[in-house]
Amino acid sequence: MHEFLAQLVNGISLGGIYALIALGYTMVYGIIGLINFAHGDVYTLGSFFALTILTALGVSGELHGVALVVDVAIALIGAALLCGIVGVLIERLAYRRLRNAPRLAPLITAIGISFILENVMQIWKGPAPVSFPAVVPNPSVMVAGVAIGAQQFLLVGLAVVMMVALQLFIHNTRLGRAMRATAEDRDAAQLMGININRTIMLTFLIGSALAGVAGFVSGVYYQSTWFFNGFGAGLKAFTAAVLGGIGNIAGAMLGGFLIGIIESFATWKFGGQWSNVTVFAILILVLVFRPSGLLGEAVFERA
Amino acid sequence: MIYAYFLIAIAVVVVAQRLPDKRAKRALFLALGIALLCAPLFDRNDATFNVLADAGIFVLLALGLNIVVGFAGLLDLGYAAFFAIGAYTYAMMASPQFNLHLPFWLLLFLAAAFASAFGIILGAPTLRLRGDYLAIVTLGFGEIVPQIFQNLTKYTGGPNGIGALDFPSFFGRSFGQSTIPYYYVVLALIALALFFAYNLRDSRLGRAWMAIREDELAARHMGINTTAVKLAAFALGASFSGLAGVVFAAKLSLVSPDLFQFQVSVLIVSMLVLGGMGNIPGVVVGALVLVLVNNVVLPQANTIAASAGLHVDFGNYHFFIYGAILVGIMLFRPEGLLPSRQRKEELHHAAA
Repeated sequence: MHEFLAQLVNGISLGGIYALIALGYTMVYGIIGLINFAHGDVYTLGSFFALTILTALGVSGELHGVALVVDVAIALIGAALLCGIVGVLIERLAYRRLRNAPRLAPLITAIGISFILENVMQIWKGPAPVSFPAVVPNPSVMVAGVAIGAQQFLLVGLAVVMMVALQLFIHNTRLGRAMRATAEDRDAAQLMGININRTIMLTFLIGSALAGVAGFVSGVYYQSTWFFNGFGAGLKAFTAAVLGGIGNIAGAMLGGFLIGIIESFATWKFGGQWSNVTVFAILILVLVFRPSGLLGEAVFERA
Repeated sequence: MIYAYFLIAIAVVVVAQRLPDKRAKRALFLALGIALLCAPLFDRNDATFNVLADAGIFVLLALGLNIVVGFAGLLDLGYAAFFAIGAYTYAMMASPQFNLHLPFWLLLFLAAAFASAFGIILGAPTLRLRGDYLAIVTLGFGEIVPQIFQNLTKYTGGPNGIGALDFPSFFGRSFGQSTIPYYYVVLALIALALFFAYNLRDSRLGRAWMAIREDELAARHMGINTTAVKLAAFALGASFSGLAGVVFAAKLSLVSPDLFQFQVSVLIVSMLVLGGMGNIPGVVVGALVLVLVNNVVLPQANTIAASAGLHVDFGNYHFFIYGAILVGIMLFRPEGLLPSRQRKEELHHAAA
């Protein structure tokens, strides 16, 4: 029972990271129907940006008091902003020209962008995992015999806050309404005077910024990062988005936490070498048997 | 010297593609074939034929994937899984691993059969998915297969894989350490693959694939059994990969799970995109160009850089090259460098 709860806590923490990444997948898929394969690498890029900012600030270990708040805020917002800009650039350079091309064309460029980003990161910080300073102190509280660290609270709290903020933004602002309209019917939205390019850009900006937040958080949580992390994490986050129902923000969150929990139980029960097999098998099963996911509506073939 | 082989082969294919006269085209290919057959009589450099045999293995893979991606228009991102299944078939049945020593030639058939069986197992439930979801499903499959080979340590040697594979033999004569027999096997398999690829393309099945590629709904309404036809593409494409896997494993005398990662699948997709998806001469050229870059140009660039005292490892730029090809070609020339006339017109009409 104790081990069960401990794994559950682990899974929820892991799931928070997947949920943040999944939001970007689901928003982009919702609006332009593209599996943004490079999104996982934007997440890794976020941890690299955060690491670089922290190093520039002279941070190498645990922070306290004002320094904790200020430095963490700078690194977090910096990583999010830079990732947002990268996301917008990727859309502008690699996807916009192909918006009306056959469906698979932008998916192929997305894979290309992913490989380019991975190579750039490999050259930037080397082929080996790099360590990330544990900036946030991690005192833990005991809940039902399980130690839960402050970092885990921060991680899950941040993910939930981001999702609520995103929901509010999409449902209560003009820009959010423009995004929903564009997702519903791009041509009709354009006729209603919505600037499609700007709306899609905004989607990439927000999605990639959330990946940047996830990158920072995972750096703090694991105290390491690696140029190739984004491939596996991205694929799992995409699984989460599909499981929750792609295009659905709450679904991405639910899917993220579920995948995190499933992965951590698979690691516990079958061993770490089977966790990827389990998650990818779920990906295949969900796509085959319920492509609309848990919370999604039926998906129709779009030409 | 090695450049001469690649450049001549590429030049012949490119020129032949441009020739309007079918007989001249055929004569040119025949001449190339004879020249390649005779090459080992004049050139005894084992290293050269090692690279050429590798190039041939990738030509085989590209021809196989071309059936799935090029002809039928199904993006398969896990093609390396079938390559792995072929390679492990040889490794498990012709090595001290289980003390089985089945002949190479039998295993070629078995591996092709296994690979296409797995193609059907994967394809049957998933082929009704639409294109991008299918791509992700194949990607997931491509991740699972090498991971399973890695995890089943008792049978597959785990992360270290299986070594000391049998040397194939031909009428009692062992291939030994020489790479030239593999070169001949690969040439024969390419000839076979080309024969199948051309005939399939021009068959009823081939026309059905192209109909599905252009408009699946319309194809279905014309009475094409789209699921069966797509399954055929998966199974046939996978069988080429199984053959390539056997030769690859036998030549290397070793298999391990890390030889069949996602990067291999993307490399083969890059070959197709570069040369021109759907066009047989195009994908052959795409494969030759990328093998030349990977196995010859980059290592030489390293040597030159090292002798100039530079610390650059050009081997680190593989991902960048594949990525740049995928992005650049899809944006600026989606029909590839050497497209078929038909495909080019299709793509430009679709864009218009």
